Amino acid sequence: MAETLEYTPKTRLSQTGSNQYIVEKDLDTEYMTLNMGPQHPATHGVLRVELVTDGEVVMKATPHMGYLHRCFEKHAESLDYQKVIPYTDRMDYLSAMNTEHAFVMAVEKLLNIEVPRRVEFMRVIVAELQRIASHQVAIATYGLDIGAFTPFLHIMRDREHILTLLEWLCGARMLYNYIWVGGVSHNFPPKFKQRVAEFVKYYKPKVDEMMALLTENELFIERTRGIGILPADVAINYGCSGPMLRGSGVKWDLRKNDPYSIYPEIEFDVVVPDGKLSIIGDSLSRHLVRCYEIYESLKIIQQCLDKMPEDPNFDPHAAVPKRIKPPAGEVYARGENPRGEVGFYVISDGKGTKPFRCKARAACFVNLSVLPELAKGNLISDVVAILGSIDIVLGEVDR
Amino acid sequence: MKPLALLVPDALTATAVPVQAENSWVKALESLEVFGVPVGMLAIPAIPLVFIAVYALYVGVYGERKISAFIQDRIGPNETGKWGLLQTIADILKLIQKEDIVPAAADKPLFVLGPLIIFVGAFAAFAVLPFSSEFIGADLNVGVFYAVSIVSVEAVGILMCGWGSNNKWSLFGAVRSVAQVVSYEIPASIAILVGVMMAGSLSMQKIVMSQSGELGILHFAVFQSPVAWLAMIIYFIAALAECNRAPFDIPEAESELVSGYFTEYGGMKFAMIFLAEYASMFMTSVILSVLFLGGWNSPLPNIGGVALNDWTSGPVWGAFWIILKGFFFVIVMMWVRWTFPRFRVDQLMYLCWKVLTPIALLIFVFAAVWELYVR
Repeated sequence: MAETLEYTPKTRLSQTGSNQYIVEKDLDTEYMTLNMGPQHPATHGVLRVELVTDGEVVMKATPHMGYLHRCFEKHAESLDYQKVIPYTDRMDYLSAMNTEHAFVMAVEKLLNIEVPRRVEFMRVIVAELQRIASHQVAIATYGLDIGAFTPFLHIMRDREHILTLLEWLCGARMLYNYIWVGGVSHNFPPKFKQRVAEFVKYYKPKVDEMMALLTENELFIERTRGIGILPADVAINYGCSGPMLRGSGVKWDLRKNDPYSIYPEIEFDVVVPDGKLSIIGDSLSRHLVRCYEIYESLKIIQQCLDKMPEDPNFDPHAAVPKRIKPPAGEVYARGENPRGEVGFYVISDGKGTKPFRCKARAACFVNLSVLPELAKGNLISDVVAILGSIDIVLGEVDR
Repeated sequence: MKPLALLVPDALTATAVPVQAENSWVKALESLEVFGVPVGMLAIPAIPLVFIAVYALYVGVYGERKISAFIQDRIGPNETGKWGLLQTIADILKLIQKEDIVPAAADKPLFVLGPLIIFVGAFAAFAVLPFSSEFIGADLNVGVFYAVSIVSVEAVGILMCGWGSNNKWSLFGAVRSVAQVVSYEIPASIAILVGVMMAGSLSMQKIVMSQSGELGILHFAVFQSPVAWLAMIIYFIAALAECNRAPFDIPEAESELVSGYFTEYGGMKFAMIFLAEYASMFMTSVILSVLFLGGWNSPLPNIGGVALNDWTSGPVWGAFWIILKGFFFVIVMMWVRWTFPRFRVDQLMYLCWKVLTPIALLIFVFAAVWELYVR
C-alpha cells in the first residue's frame, strides 16, 4: 500500500456527527488517481482537478489550470488603454462590469481624471446589477452541483431581466465595454431608472422564494453544512477575498474597507455568516453570504436611484479623454468583484498610449488555490460541493 | 385468532366479497394458435412491452419534460408536432440512427450485455403485474417475491455496464448503484411484507382481491392498519432509490460522476438503459398500488343507490384504475426529482440502514401484532 499520503481524520465528522465512515487501514487497497475535468460538468469550465482517492475519500486534490489562458496581460501591453477594456470583460465574463470598473479606475488614477458625479452613480448601478447577476449564476450553478435543477432555471429566468436591462443600456448582454475611461459609453435611456426600480421591486420576493426553495432545503443543508471548512486565518494566509473570506467570518469588503466611487455615501452591510444555520467557514456559509449580498445590492441600487443627480443635458463622454497618454508612473486600483478583490497594477512609461505592463490580480485564481486544503479528506461529492462554493470563473482564473 | 398469515399464505383472504379474478383474457390468449404457432403466448409478453414503449415515450419522456418545464417555469418541447408531441419520436429516431460505439478499451461482452440485462430485469417484473382482473402475465402464487427478486438482476447489469466501460467514473457509479440497490431492497422488502401480511398472500391477484369491496377506497390496505401508510411511504422512498431516481440518483449523479455507469453509452444501448429506468419506475408504482392502494379496484364507494363502485368496476375499468394509480406515483417521482437536491453517498446509506430499516422493522412487528389480535 502506498503510504505517501497521510490520512488525517476529518474535523467535520466530530462537528456534524451524521456521517461516520472509517477508512480501513488493514485492507490491502490502493490509491486511485482520478481526473476531474477538464471536461467535467462540475468544474464550471475547463479546470482539471487531479484527485488521489481512497475509495471515495479524496486524499489529495491538485487543481491544474491554464486551459483557458489567453495572455490577457501580454495582450494588454500592445493595446491602447481604451482597447484593453473589452479584454477585461472577457476575464471574468460573469461580472464584466465590475472588472471594467476596476481597470478604468486604475487608468483614471494614472491620468488623474475627475469623473462626473452622475457617471459614478451610473457605474455603481450597473456594477451592482452585475453583482446580482453574477451571484445568481453562482447560486444557481451551486444548486446544480448539489443536484437541484429547478432553482437553476428559476434563477436564470430572473437573471434574464438584468441582462435585458443591460442590453438595453449598451447593446451587449454579457461583455459590455460600457464603462469607459472618464465616463460611460451611453447615457441611461429614458425610463431606464424606472425599469431598474421596477426590477428591484420585482426581484426582492423572488430572492425569498429562491431561499425557500434552495437554501432552506434540508437536503441542501445536509450536503453543504460543515463541508470544506475554511478557517479565517487560513483564508487570510492564502489571500482569499470576497464571499470566500466573508464566509469565514472576516468582515472585509473593499466597498467599505477601501471605499471607491460613491460607495462611502451609501448605506449597506457587509454580510458575514452568523453561524446559526451554518458552521462559520463552510460551504453553506459562502452560499449564504452570496444570497444575502443580493439583498444588499438591491439596497444599494435603490439608494443610487434615489440619490442620482438628474441632468437633462448630460453627456456621458464629457470627461472622456480623446487620447490617453498618461505620464510615467505606476498605479494599483482594486475593486470588490462578486468573487472577491480584483486589482489592476498598471505601469506607464510615459512614452505611448499603451500600458508598459498591466498585471491583473484575479480573485478566483487566489480563491481556487485553497482547494487542496479544503478537499482533503472529503468525499468526491464534497469536492463538487466545495468547488461550487468557491465559485470560480475559469476565464478569470487563467486570464 | 387468525394464524400468522405469512406462514399459511393462501389460507385466508382478508375482507368481504372477493371479486373473482378469472384471468380470462390471459387464458383465452394462451390457447390461441394460428397454424400451430402459439401466437397468443407471444402476445402476452408483447402487450406489456408495447405498453412500456408507449408509456415511456409519452408519460416517461414527454411527460417528464412537460412536468419539469411546468415546475421550472419553462415551456418544454413545443415545436415538433402539436404541443411537441412528436419530440420523443424524433429523439428515438435520432438514437436509432446513431453509430453503435463500443470504446476501444471497453470489455466488449460486458459492455454490450449490461444494458440488456438491465432492461430484462426491469421488464421481467412486468410478468406479475396485474393489469386487470382478467389480465396478468403470470399469476404466480409468489408474485411479489418474484418481482422483488427479479429486479435485483438489474444490479448485475449495472455492475457489468460500469466495469465494462473501463472508465473510472462509470465504475464509481456502478459501485454506488449496486450498494444502493442492494441496501434499499431491505426496507423495501420489509415494507412489502407488511402489505403481504395484511393480504395474507404473495399472489398479486389475491392481494388485490383482498382489498375489494363496496366501500371502494376504504377497503384499501392503507386504511386497514394504523401503520400501513408508513409502510407505504417507506416503500415509496426505497423505490425511488431502487430506480436510481432523484434524490437518490447518486449512481448517475450528473454533476459529480458525469453520468455514472452509462457515461460511455450512446444510441440504442443508452435508450435501453433509459427505458429500463422508466419501466422500473412504473413497475414499483404498480407494486405500491397493488399492495396498499387496491390495485385495479375502483376507489369509488357505493353510496346507497348510487353504485359508483359497481359502475366503475370490471376488467376494463380495472386496467384504467391500475394504470392511473401507477402513473400517479410516476408523476410524484418526477415531482420529487425536480424539487430536491441529491443525497451524498454516505447520507444515503445512513438513511437506509439507520432510519428506514429500523422503522420498517418496527412497523413490521406492529403490523403483525395488529393482524393477529386486532383486525
